Amino acid sequence: MDYQAFLIKYGEIALKGKNRYLFENALVDQIRWALCPVDGDFQVHKEQGRIYVECQSKEYDYEECLEALQRVFGIVAICPVQILEDQGFDRLKEDVVNYMQRIYPGCTQSFKVHARRARKSYPLQSMEINALLGEAVLEAFPGTHVDVHQPELLLNVEIRERIYVYSQEIPGLGGMPAGCNGKAMLLLSGGIDSPVAGYMVSRRGVSIEAVYFHAPPYTSERAKQKVVDLAAQISKYCGPIRLYVVNFTDIQMYIYDKCPHDELTILMRRYMMRIAEHFALKDKCQGTITGESIGQVASQTMQSLAVTNQVCSLPVYRPLIAFDKQDIVDVALKIDTYETSILPYEDCCTIFVAKHPVTKPNLKAIQRSEQKLKEKIGELVDAAVEGVEVIEIGGQLG
Amino acid sequence: MEVYLDHAATTWCCESVKEIVARTMVEDYGNPSSMHKKGVEAEGYVKRAKEIIARQLKAKEKEIYFTSGGTESNNLAIFGTAMANKRNGKRIVSTAIEHAAVREPVKRLEELGFETVILPVDSQGGVSVDALEEALNPDTILVSVMYVNNETGSVQPVERIAGIIHEKAPDALFHVDAIQAFGKYRIYPGRMGIDLMSVSGHKIHGPKGTGFLYVREQSRIQPQILGGGQQGGMRSGTDNVPGIAGLGAAVEEIYRDFDQKTEHMYQMKELLAQGLARMEGVLVNGMDVRLGAPHIVSASFMGIRSEVLLHALEDKGIYISAGSACSTHKRAGSSTLTAMGMKPEQRESTVRFSLCEETSQEEIEYCLEILGEIVPVLKRYARR
Repeated sequence: MDYQAFLIKYGEIALKGKNRYLFENALVDQIRWALCPVDGDFQVHKEQGRIYVECQSKEYDYEECLEALQRVFGIVAICPVQILEDQGFDRLKEDVVNYMQRIYPGCTQSFKVHARRARKSYPLQSMEINALLGEAVLEAFPGTHVDVHQPELLLNVEIRERIYVYSQEIPGLGGMPAGCNGKAMLLLSGGIDSPVAGYMVSRRGVSIEAVYFHAPPYTSERAKQKVVDLAAQISKYCGPIRLYVVNFTDIQMYIYDKCPHDELTILMRRYMMRIAEHFALKDKCQGTITGESIGQVASQTMQSLAVTNQVCSLPVYRPLIAFDKQDIVDVALKIDTYETSILPYEDCCTIFVAKHPVTKPNLKAIQRSEQKLKEKIGELVDAAVEGVEVIEIGGQLG
Repeated sequence: MEVYLDHAATTWCCESVKEIVARTMVEDYGNPSSMHKKGVEAEGYVKRAKEIIARQLKAKEKEIYFTSGGTESNNLAIFGTAMANKRNGKRIVSTAIEHAAVREPVKRLEELGFETVILPVDSQGGVSVDALEEALNPDTILVSVMYVNNETGSVQPVERIAGIIHEKAPDALFHVDAIQAFGKYRIYPGRMGIDLMSVSGHKIHGPKGTGFLYVREQSRIQPQILGGGQQGGMRSGTDNVPGIAGLGAAVEEIYRDFDQKTEHMYQMKELLAQGLARMEGVLVNGMDVRLGAPHIVSASFMGIRSEVLLHALEDKGIYISAGSACSTHKRAGSSTLTAMGMKPEQRESTVRFSLCEETSQEEIEYCLEILGEIVPVLKRYARR
């Protein structure tokens, strides 16, 4: 194997003052978790403001490992590192030239050697190492030249117990490691938007739990399986997800019986928010997340959002609020939820949709309608909460 | 109580099938192409299965080619005929109610430059014989008509159709998709004028992934899967010995006490269809009970979406299909029901019950009883 380690670069979290260690620990946890399914034996450790992933076993799957790291929030760049045994400086020169030959055969780019001497007992100083290694590279690659200000290629040489050589930077996802900024409850349907919303908020360092409302026999087992699959897919980024599956049929039927039909969707959404918030508070989430986007459907007009929002006490995060559908689809394609989202199973929001649902609901009118539910709705909500099914997705952080 | 009324989707394997499949997987696992004893032993199972099937069809053993199932048989029949006979003509005739495994290959042939004619059906799902006569010309190389429709159980007069074809288009081959018919009717392709016939194993208590294509001796078709030249080069690939042996056992079993079984199914079908017809807002589709296939009942529950009814019955342990199992992968809806002139509202409310020879009166009664309970409830919550 050509690389024995990866140097993990993280941008934003390095700026966070005294909390920095919390962010770093969260990142290390997420990296360990992401590497669990990858073939190979990995050690993740942090030292001197850096995180290294070292591959303990000789054989590991480089591609898989890289893909896993590219799904971890908080990583700005991943540098594959070749680790050399310290066998004297002459040997180092040879090895560095070999490294260059392997990765940049016939190199003609400008370059700069950047040595860092973590092991201060090393006989040469950083400046000397820079100069001598630069000379060796120049000799081996006559077409290249040194540019210390804007090199096209930065060859890093770190003198530690062993010597770490790296030059490539593979971009990561950025953002912040999940878990360093708390936790939120995602309302997950089977659609395109909600998984994207969860992904986006999680990218800001938020752990995700999710709640799904199903309505058998109006929605099928497959619709539920689809949501489980979606949760599993975003958990590859967000880390483990606890999924609450709430049976919403009786509530839905009761509203259907008692209230004007064109208000059904908005009333349902109010009860969904209430139930989601119940589980959010129980699990100490600091907010809820929805995939709503202004004007996309009747229940997402400004007026409808206001009426739905009115039942929430926790902040509702709506990362897609100003996104066009195509922008959402683009993210869904990138995180590979799109194919699953478009499977044609009905979710409980669509089955009873009126031909002309209200698009400008009036809060007073909606509250009046809810009065009609007074008799039994409390009981039904309690029963739904009581009967919830909990599915843990993605195992646990190591 | 668990009541499985989805036998047209698939069936359970019977004991004799299970036994022979297990034996040919674990003990007599040889490759029939091997020259040693193990191979000869395995070849015996294939030969035996072929004998059973040939005897049942009153056909020759060499007219049976094993495939991976109904879909492959249909593909082989259609592409095989088109490719082998394209110099004799370009016209291919089929019907508007074929299964996708016929419809799609025919569509592909049209893209490849063949001329296709799709015959309409009446409101009961019967193919128009007049339209067939009109469609046939000397340029016709293939006619493909299904025996029993998988969604409605409608039955085509295959023998009569064969007569017309061989009179009007003597060079054309007549392919019959008999996947829902085999095991429910005694079919003798040679005597009935059928040149090619597709059969699937898992619809008759055999294993999934098994089936065969009957190819009349004089019929010329081109192999579609090339390789080691197994089955006389018609269908290469190591013989699926467990599947073939299982298929043979299933064929043997399904035709035992055939008349009693068929009569029993018709009685059960009658019970179900009459019960359904008595329910308000329920329409029983297709041909009269005894004119249609003995195992399929199609019914529309007006005002209830088929998927909802299906899941509500599932909740009570009753398993049925919405339209047909194969058409639920697409939202487009059933082309069979459309071809019968059914309106979208009715199509969306149509389900299929399908029985087998073991379906009991108790099961049918239970099903009707549950329907009586849930249909009024579901109707109240229709989309308005």
